[in-house]
Amino acid sequence: MRQIAYQRAGSVDEAVQAAAQPEAAFLAGGTSLVDLMKLEVLNPARVVDVTRLDLSRIEPRADGIRLGATATNSAVAAHPEVKRRFPALSQALLSGASPQLRNVATVAGNLMQRTRCAYYRDLATRCNKRSPGAGCDAIEGWTRMHAILGGSEQCIALHPSDMCVALAALEATIHVRGQRGERDIPFGDFHLLPGDHPEREFALEPGELVTWVFVPATAAAARSRYVKVRDRISYAFALASCATALEVANGRIRVARMALGGVGTKPWRSLEAERMLVGATPRAETFRRAADVALRDARPRRDNAFKVELAKRTMIRALTLSAEGA
Amino acid sequence: MNDNHSDDGLGRREFLVGGAVIVVAACAGSQARREGTGPSAPGEPIEIMLLVNGERRALRVDPRTTLLDLLRENLGLTGTKKGCDMGQCGACTVLADGVRIDSCLALAAQYDGRSITTIEGLIKDGTLHPAQEAFLQEDAFQCGYCTPGQILSCIGFLHEGGGATEMEIREGMSGNICRCGAYPNIVSAVRSLRGRA
Amino acid sequence: MKSVGKPLVRIDGRAKVTGEARYSYEVQVPGAAYAVLVTSGVARGRLVEIDTSAAEREPGVLAIITPRNAIRLPGKLHGEPPDRVVQALQDDRILFSNQPVAVAVADTLERATHAALLVRVRAEAEPPSIRVQDALDRAFPHDIVAGGRKQEPDSAHGDAARGMREADARIEQAYEVPPETHSPMEPHATIALWNAPDRVTLYDSSQWVFAVRNKIANAFAIPKENVHVMTKFVGGAFGCKGSPWSHVIIAALAAKQVGRPVKLVLTRQQMFGMVGGRPQTVQAVALGAKKDGQLAALRHESTSATSRFDVFVEAAALQARHIYACPNIETKHRVVRLDIGTPTFMRAPGESSGSFALESAMDELAHALALDPLALRLKNYAEIDPSEGKPFSSKSLRQCYTEGARRFGWDKRPAKPRSQTREGLLLGMGMATASYPANFSPASAVARMLPDGSAQVESGTIDLGTGTYTVMAQVAADALGLPYEKVRFDLGDSEMPEAPISAGSMTAASVGSAVLLTCGALREKLVQLAVADPASPLHGARTEEVRVEEGRLAAQGRSDTYADVVRRAGEKPIEVRSKAAPGEERKKYTNLAFGAQFAEVLVDPDLGSVRVSRMVGVFAPGRVLNARTARSQLMGGMVWGIGMALLEHSVYDEKLGRIMSRDLADYHVPGNADVGVVEPYFIEEQDEHVNPAGVKGVGELGLCGAAAAIANAVFNATGRRIRTLPITPDKLL
Repeated sequence: MRQIAYQRAGSVDEAVQAAAQPEAAFLAGGTSLVDLMKLEVLNPARVVDVTRLDLSRIEPRADGIRLGATATNSAVAAHPEVKRRFPALSQALLSGASPQLRNVATVAGNLMQRTRCAYYRDLATRCNKRSPGAGCDAIEGWTRMHAILGGSEQCIALHPSDMCVALAALEATIHVRGQRGERDIPFGDFHLLPGDHPEREFALEPGELVTWVFVPATAAAARSRYVKVRDRISYAFALASCATALEVANGRIRVARMALGGVGTKPWRSLEAERMLVGATPRAETFRRAADVALRDARPRRDNAFKVELAKRTMIRALTLSAEGA
Repeated sequence: MNDNHSDDGLGRREFLVGGAVIVVAACAGSQARREGTGPSAPGEPIEIMLLVNGERRALRVDPRTTLLDLLRENLGLTGTKKGCDMGQCGACTVLADGVRIDSCLALAAQYDGRSITTIEGLIKDGTLHPAQEAFLQEDAFQCGYCTPGQILSCIGFLHEGGGATEMEIREGMSGNICRCGAYPNIVSAVRSLRGRA
Repeated sequence: MKSVGKPLVRIDGRAKVTGEARYSYEVQVPGAAYAVLVTSGVARGRLVEIDTSAAEREPGVLAIITPRNAIRLPGKLHGEPPDRVVQALQDDRILFSNQPVAVAVADTLERATHAALLVRVRAEAEPPSIRVQDALDRAFPHDIVAGGRKQEPDSAHGDAARGMREADARIEQAYEVPPETHSPMEPHATIALWNAPDRVTLYDSSQWVFAVRNKIANAFAIPKENVHVMTKFVGGAFGCKGSPWSHVIIAALAAKQVGRPVKLVLTRQQMFGMVGGRPQTVQAVALGAKKDGQLAALRHESTSATSRFDVFVEAAALQARHIYACPNIETKHRVVRLDIGTPTFMRAPGESSGSFALESAMDELAHALALDPLALRLKNYAEIDPSEGKPFSSKSLRQCYTEGARRFGWDKRPAKPRSQTREGLLLGMGMATASYPANFSPASAVARMLPDGSAQVESGTIDLGTGTYTVMAQVAADALGLPYEKVRFDLGDSEMPEAPISAGSMTAASVGSAVLLTCGALREKLVQLAVADPASPLHGARTEEVRVEEGRLAAQGRSDTYADVVRRAGEKPIEVRSKAAPGEERKKYTNLAFGAQFAEVLVDPDLGSVRVSRMVGVFAPGRVLNARTARSQLMGGMVWGIGMALLEHSVYDEKLGRIMSRDLADYHVPGNADVGVVEPYFIEEQDEHVNPAGVKGVGELGLCGAAAAIANAVFNATGRRIRTLPITPDKLL
């Protein structure tokens, strides 16, 4: 790790101001940032600790729940209102990382979790995300844990978060504060596709701080499910995962939301698949057709062709569970 | 001092190692809360205060020093182990204000004013903590390198209210890798502690 | 026998649960500087330029040592196998990815770590070759070094080709075990401290202090006696700390060069490639059998990977020579040179990877003949060694099969694959035979009786978590006729009597025998002193009629004590040094430990994920010195079986020749949730031939056959035969 300055923000304004300096980064749980700093993949000169700001509240409201940016993964997962009204979110959080990591990892930190691409994390290899224009050794390399959706010729790094998959399906909104004020970012707009600029990952202006995430409550959300397939039974990243939220009335699907993990360069939502589900009978054939649509644009590489079928089956499983819960 | 912990039916008095310490730390923590630190130049050492196993330690640290390296290299508390330095093995687990964390991903500066319990802080007047005793009796380790982390993780896990079923223990203890493969005995040790509640 | 066999709690357990146990990197050495390696990103080529200027400008940096400015080592960098060829900054060749090319030394760990990352290395790279499959045409035979002795790569007994022709059923399949990495929890670490220009002390995370001593003495051309190596605790090793690797020499070199003690620890990422691993094996197994299951032919050919500059042979086909009664057995071992770090023995080397192939093939044969897999093994039960015609020193495999089948509930196994479910998951059961050589190498010990009547026993062996501290005290206590608490056994120091490498499941057998004989000799000496001493109540008694219990010597109703004997002899400890070594007797037998593995799996029929819900292993390991620690070792081996079967794979990028699964998030070892019920049991054996201690070793046996039992259970659950490990969900879709 290079030499750094550590600054603990005393207020949100102070944090925003401090982070607007060059080479600054917000630091919360540190579970993604500190290890990348050790690897010297991320090299901020200044870290702005936001963990002591009053941003860790979890506030249930009639129309949803507001998750403070520094609420820990453990706290959110265990919150009774989250478990009751947004089960997929709790399930997704609990399927990620380890208890020790969840005890410090935060909502905002998880939003900004970096890819686990082994090439990104290895300075001995070429990586466009780490060094724009350097090239990518992953695309022609070991791609078992890489994206089959949303990749470009520059980058196929997988988005690793579980929480974000649930939040994508639950249509959360991200509230941020910057030097120019506050704004809301719809979840689907927060993570950027790599395109020609894989180094740009988030729709944030320099210095902008995530302050909370709002998750709207719906009947479908209350029956949401998260299914994750991984090599190791616990403490492993997803080979494929899926969050689904269905509302079924009179034997027909009324509302359908879904997002896939472990397959995309960002949490992957297929609006087309959702549209296809609406109005249909919740049964295996319906789910299979929707899954085929969701994965239609998949572009597998040498080692991850299996993800196409695995993601479909994961999606079918999650939809089945959501429908059964409905 | 421990009265407010004695009624939770978990035998928490036993697990709250140095409950007094943690309470004191909680106060210290809330004092430190909300207080910002001014900007400094990269590389400039910073002053922090940690309560380590109940002992107040005023320290001057390189801002990039992790809590793990601080304990091992600066304080001589080598019971906390470094296995991967990346949050992937749990050997470095300590309790921060009673909560289990991986100390390898924690910058020491972030824990200014907070209470840290390491394996060295569990033994009291020569008597092993019940979790240490359980690991010993169940032979819940072989090489012993992951053991301090396993024991602190176990204490943290029981604090969290976990351990009702064997599956829950396995999942709840999954953040601690044991390459010797002592898992079934680790599960037995955790279960035996749960049984005392 | 009073202490041996008891499930005593580990003597070193308290130190381990309190954090007092100091592992090598944790020894407090005042003034120590921190050394961090810089390793190559290129797998094959030559260093062109190393720019150290930025690193050298960092505050606190003491030296950046590269092949350009490193001390020229005056001596030899390697000796006889299992010593390995290493790279200690002596030239510009790059032979594998992650090879050390420089070392940064600084006053703090943070500074050294950052400085190492600031070193800019430019190298000329050539395309590497890293897959066995790509180099099969260049495979060659090579002697095998296993269990401390050399063995021929090939064997032929009878005529396997004819046996195959005459068989009613044939299985001919290829199996593959990928490269794996040991991944002990404690990374390799060395502290080096020069006490004088030709005298050095090392605290090293090692399985063999004498190998470290010899390597350093050779490299620096100093007398062996001037190198003092200590290893009191090791945080797991499994083979990868059996040979001193490059970093050990580099630590000593750096300490010499900066004139300060130096501590060096590998990062987790640096442990992938530089310190060995299980080599990839491609194995061909051919089985031919009569309708009733009687084997007519068994052929097992293994090709394994080694490096460009050294040879390690994964002895995967050795067991095929001994475990089934078959008139025609042929085995072959081949190696191919690749641009990788030299592989090395990794827990149950040969037998674990080989048993996956052979025992999977046996399962396939059973299926082809519609026979129960256990019945097939019993049909081919070898009463004598089929290849060499020798008797076994002892063999209780039949009891292992029977007991294991009973405890596991083998009779509930669905004969037809994919025919049983539990809670929506496919249920399957599988089994396999386990075998591992009962190795025994020369070992020595010293035993001292102190004036207080307690004994001190030492041998320069290692406790890897295996329980050596504890079981040796047990053996010594019984041999001396002392209560266990009155014996202190110490180890891990090159100034102690020499012991073999703590590997190959031979520490209990070898050091145990040495301790047994040495303590027996000490007891004899003390008895002789007593009967010869007119002041002793036992004066004049015949030595053979003296019995010793609890430190009290008794004969003819008279008694003396060890304490009094020592006191009367001048208050100085009475010492005996002795050793144990394999003799001619042992050569009359085939010395193997056996066991039977049973596994139950649950497989998600849609998602392909496998859970090992239950494992039962019954093992016959000779005498069990401590049921608690022996059981733990076997359990650990079985858990490794889960890793081997379902998880472990050091994945190379084929273009870069670099292991990309180079941390514990990408290289999956089993976690707690992966492990269901794991039950190891013993069939204890009295074996007078294998070694004086009667011990066969338990460190490896638990892993032997375990991956095959799981793979066979997966077949039983799904009808899918997976011949390339690990069995990840994608392979079952």
